[in-house]
Amino acid sequence: MKHLLFTPRMKMADLIHANYRLLFVLPRFGISLGFGDKSIGEICRICGISETLFLLVCHVYTFDDFLPEPGELHTFTADDLTGYLHRSHEDYIGQQMPEIRRQVLALSGCCEAKNGRILERFFADYSREVVNHFDYEETVVFPYIHNLSAGRRSDEGYSIGQFEENHSNIEEKLGDLKNILIKYLPGLPSEGPRRTLLLDLFLLEDDLNKHSLIEDRILVPLVEQLEERMR
Amino acid sequence: MMNGSPKKTRKTVIVSPSPIVAEGLKSLLAGSGSEFAVCGTFDEPEGFFERAPLLRPDLILIDPVVFDFQRRKSVRSYFDSYPQATLVAVVYGFIEPETLKQFHGSVLIYDDGHKIIRKLRQAVDERGAETEPAGEGYELTDREREILVSVAKGMTNKEIADVHHISVHTVISHRKNITRKTGIKTVSGLTVYALLNNLIDYSEIE
Repeated sequence: MKHLLFTPRMKMADLIHANYRLLFVLPRFGISLGFGDKSIGEICRICGISETLFLLVCHVYTFDDFLPEPGELHTFTADDLTGYLHRSHEDYIGQQMPEIRRQVLALSGCCEAKNGRILERFFADYSREVVNHFDYEETVVFPYIHNLSAGRRSDEGYSIGQFEENHSNIEEKLGDLKNILIKYLPGLPSEGPRRTLLLDLFLLEDDLNKHSLIEDRILVPLVEQLEERMR
Repeated sequence: MMNGSPKKTRKTVIVSPSPIVAEGLKSLLAGSGSEFAVCGTFDEPEGFFERAPLLRPDLILIDPVVFDFQRRKSVRSYFDSYPQATLVAVVYGFIEPETLKQFHGSVLIYDDGHKIIRKLRQAVDERGAETEPAGEGYELTDREREILVSVAKGMTNKEIADVHHISVHTVISHRKNITRKTGIKTVSGLTVYALLNNLIDYSEIE
């Protein structure tokens, strides 16, 4: 499969044509669109980001069964990676969720008052859980990793092994929301708002799944290596 | 809904090394109208396994001698991939009761035609009740709807079991069916379902 992967000499623009979902990834690395015909490598140098990390993320996003080589994890720091994840969280909380909330409100305005209220409440519930989930990573997981990479082991008995269990509930709620919109919210005079919301929810779900994949396939093995070194 | 209507066609497969037995069964089943439609006959199980994913039979009539019992693999383990199918042994000599027990039913080749049909029908029906207690529809049953309301109100499995006079185990299997049918996995999602379908009122959960 190696020969199918992206290379630093590829044009950045071709990367987006190959997988438009990477449009979510670029701003989290601080890359703005309008980069002309520059290559991936050039842009990484200009923006001061790790080329390996950038390509790893793009590969996880694009190839379902991609797994990084253990050696590739040494070419960037844990803080590079948590920095990317942190900016992803900011993007979810600051951009994507508010945008989806606007669409929920638009849809709710087209529904019977009672149904609109039900929908808004469920979404508020879901948003709260997403925020809590990211909060936990920001306040527990990332500081733990930061200390670990600085050679300090926290004494609270936390280890990255506990980390993976945490994703499932927000995924289930999002799946429920989709099913409710597809199947159980009664038909409306105009279906535009519902369709727009659903399409964005599908994109959000995909993106969140990739986000967890990056945590599971890059972050967890990297931190396990750091933990190993501390023993 | 087609509640056990006798007209429902069962896709049937025959696995027997004997062409006489296979052809005999085939013509006997053809005489039964469209209840059992033979969609394939095979003289050995390998041929069947190759074609089975396409055929997706409801009923598999097998001569138990086609299996190599030296290997002591259970007959059912061969059919793990077809959990819905009913396995019926076609018997014409002595077969150990232990072996026979692994099938969902058996017919003797000396049975008369009506008896064979009756036995097949019985085996399929019993099997259907086992695998799909809630019927084949996608809609929730009345019972499932009652359980869903209790879940939406925030009751625990234990409380639901007590109120409905059923075991916790049964509550769990109802909940599994509810989730399988609706695709909704969380309690708050089920609450939304109940509210949108007017099964409960806001006042009951606030």
